Amino acid sequence: MVVEISCEEVWREISNYLEGEISAEMRARMEEHFKGCKHCTAVLGGTRNVVQLVSDATAFELPAGFSNRLYRKLNRRLGKGG
Amino acid sequence: MNRIDQFDPTQGGHEIFEVGAPPGSLATTSVVLTKRHGDASEAELIERVLGGDEEAFRELVRPCEHAVFMATQVILNNEADAEDAAQEAVLKAFTNLAKFRGDSKFSTWLIRIATNEALMKLRKQRHQKLHDSLDEQRDGEEGDYIPRDFADWREIPSEALQKKELRQALSRAVASLTPKHRDVFVLRDVQHFTIEETAELLGIRKSAVKTRLLRARLQMRDALAPGIDGSWSTGRTEYQQVRPW
Repeated sequence: MVVEISCEEVWREISNYLEGEISAEMRARMEEHFKGCKHCTAVLGGTRNVVQLVSDATAFELPAGFSNRLYRKLNRRLGKGG
Repeated sequence: MNRIDQFDPTQGGHEIFEVGAPPGSLATTSVVLTKRHGDASEAELIERVLGGDEEAFRELVRPCEHAVFMATQVILNNEADAEDAAQEAVLKAFTNLAKFRGDSKFSTWLIRIATNEALMKLRKQRHQKLHDSLDEQRDGEEGDYIPRDFADWREIPSEALQKKELRQALSRAVASLTPKHRDVFVLRDVQHFTIEETAELLGIRKSAVKTRLLRARLQMRDALAPGIDGSWSTGRTEYQQVRPW
């Protein structure tokens, strides 16, 4: 028998849930809650999507000419001019 | 005071990486790194650089350029400052390469240098010591974050990840976080430092990292959720277009 949990409690633990940093008991309570709560399931799915999206650095823009400027500076530091 | 060092693992069993903060800011940051084996090609490149082949350094850095810039951009939230910090980090990595023992991946080491470089710059900009002590007080008072809406965010189509609009939306969403939440979010979710490492880098408690991470993730979701794939739930079965991509 899993003890019920409120939506507020679920939101408080959602990040820890994704980290896997909750007890087995809390995980079971949350998973039982997700079965019957569309809102919390949406919050969980969206939060997971955020973590997935930003985990790839290429999802962010690299300024044009970044590499050229970087190596020019490196060459200058190495005394090669440029 | 800037020091990047790695102790002999045979002596201490771990590495210490330190970059001093500017006077008047937070105390020196020390981070215990997890030991990892670097791959052979990376080790060969490092050996070539140390042997005087400076071109090999470019080969070493090139695959990490994006991540290095990201490390500084999301913390500094200013392209020019971020590029400056990224360049400094790469130069610092070159200068200190002899101290890198190859026990962790080079990219991890370089990203850590870049993160420290950005954090130091940030601290100079916002008088971090005062800011952080105020943050710590506020942490204890911080109430629960309540999600703003309950849009059903469907699976992200892989082609969306290539779209400029999404990249811009992500950058805007990260920029909308408060600095203390952004720092934690970026270190943990973008740069993949552990909770413990994030806490050490920022000089805050693990519990504060977790609290800030929760709020940052939920805020990011609220900023992006309604229609990341062009649709959101209307509470019925159909989806409604709300974003152009």
